[in-house]
Amino acid sequence: MSVTTTILDKTAFDTPGQGRGLLDVFRHRYLLKLLIGKATSLRYRNSVLGWIWSYARPTVQFLMYWLVMGQLLGQHRTVLYFPIYLFSGLVVVNFFNEAIGNTTRSIVDNKALVRKIYLPRELFPIAALVSAFVNFLPQFAVLIIVCLFNGWIPTFEALGAFLAGIAVVAPFVLGLGLIFGALNVRFRDAQNVIEIIRTIATWMSPIMYTWQSVYKHSHGWHRILFDIYMSNPVTVGVELFHKAFWDPIVPPNEPQAQWPPHFGMYALAGVVGTILIIMLGQMVFRRLERTFAQDL
Amino acid sequence: MPTNSTDTDESDRKVVPDYSHAQPSIVLEHVSKWFNKRTTHSFKEAVINWVRRQSVRSQQFQALNDVSFTIREGECVAVMGLNGSGKSTTLKLVSGVMLPDEGRVRTRGRVAGLIEVGAGFHPDLTGRENVFLNAAILGMSEKETKERFDQIVEFSEIGEFIDQAVKHYSSGMFMRLAFSVAIHVELDVLLVDEVLGVGDAPFRAKCNAKLMEMSARGVTMMIVSHSASQVRELCSRGIVIRKGKVVFDGHIDDALDALGGK
Repeated sequence: MSVTTTILDKTAFDTPGQGRGLLDVFRHRYLLKLLIGKATSLRYRNSVLGWIWSYARPTVQFLMYWLVMGQLLGQHRTVLYFPIYLFSGLVVVNFFNEAIGNTTRSIVDNKALVRKIYLPRELFPIAALVSAFVNFLPQFAVLIIVCLFNGWIPTFEALGAFLAGIAVVAPFVLGLGLIFGALNVRFRDAQNVIEIIRTIATWMSPIMYTWQSVYKHSHGWHRILFDIYMSNPVTVGVELFHKAFWDPIVPPNEPQAQWPPHFGMYALAGVVGTILIIMLGQMVFRRLERTFAQDL
Repeated sequence: MPTNSTDTDESDRKVVPDYSHAQPSIVLEHVSKWFNKRTTHSFKEAVINWVRRQSVRSQQFQALNDVSFTIREGECVAVMGLNGSGKSTTLKLVSGVMLPDEGRVRTRGRVAGLIEVGAGFHPDLTGRENVFLNAAILGMSEKETKERFDQIVEFSEIGEFIDQAVKHYSSGMFMRLAFSVAIHVELDVLLVDEVLGVGDAPFRAKCNAKLMEMSARGVTMMIVSHSASQVRELCSRGIVIRKGKVVFDGHIDDALDALGGK
């Protein structure tokens, strides 16, 4: 039986298992919605206190940092409205840390599906990212309430800074999640690397201290280190959150609340870095995706 | 390849329709697939093996060797072979879960498979939630699922348990519901892998009847099974794979002979 000669119309045929990466996810919006719904509804299933945990964990974490950094180490005296400064930065890093863990585990967690059905596999990291965002909302609600009590008034500027912060951090973490999620299939070492990245993310952003304390240590060529520090998309996100929630509360013309010098350049560098990471993530993911079903 | 031989008694021979003028639905062209057999799993093991002068690199194992065949629209084809012969790999290549290392696989229309029975089920979700999630995984829209929901539940004989968490189901109930979702997906090509041992005898008969009905409606089928009687009932053509190679492709009766005899 001759095979090759019988094909009449090649355009009518699909090549199974060949997707268009992240773009394919848009065609599977309904499935994505269900996957996110599944993740959020399963999150606290079989737990008595349920969603209270989403408030309890960040509250305790906040109290600890506030007590140690603010009271014992004296940040309370150096940074105005330190609790709000701390909390508005902390939510960004908590979101980052949760999202990077979720996305890294997403492929392995869905191995039953990945091994048996072809779906655009990018669906899983994206669903993980969105469910991390959903889990970030309770913390965010607490932040808003605390800010309102301290005389914060929502403005378009604040809203813009908040959205810009999310718009930098979310794609950045997705790019990293694509890389580590794909690597995690064959090398579970990725999960340990993530722990290190989490620690770095928590301390290498101005959350418990201000950017000024980094700046004053950067003389001469060390200024480059400060440039790198500030160009970190997470730092950019944290600074944008400070601008949105902490800055309006601080008295005007307070030197502490100023943008870091050349913040526009750093933000641009952060955005470019994010775009590069997303592209690299998609490349690595597509490359490793070929063997997901074999390696799981 | 010959499609008629004189091996079997003519009166006993299954009469099969001629599909040679139908459009191809699944085309495999010179498909080969290798798997890596990893000999080391960590850096430590690699060093130890290197010290012992054992192999450190992964070895290749050929699962499929130059497999070519065409399945035409409306055909029902059994893929047979012993365990480890490459049947399931073939099916996974057609479904797109795995990609061929050499050659091409092409499909036409909406492909879904019973290989996936229950794969997307989550024990903590209710039957209802699982039906919607799995229907979406198999490519159905919200509207289609809503329209068919009652049929799915009815076919599965789950009844009022549909709103219970799936982990409280018996294994039979679980498989029945999963099978029922898969079988109600609107599709052109159905891939079936060894799942027909689902449930008790009456439910199996019902599933077979459903598959026959789908086949009669013109759904193309590719079935991997060890059950000769079932395969003979459903399929018109058999492909026998041995050690990754197609050794026979033709009439189902001859394929069963080829599988058993040689």
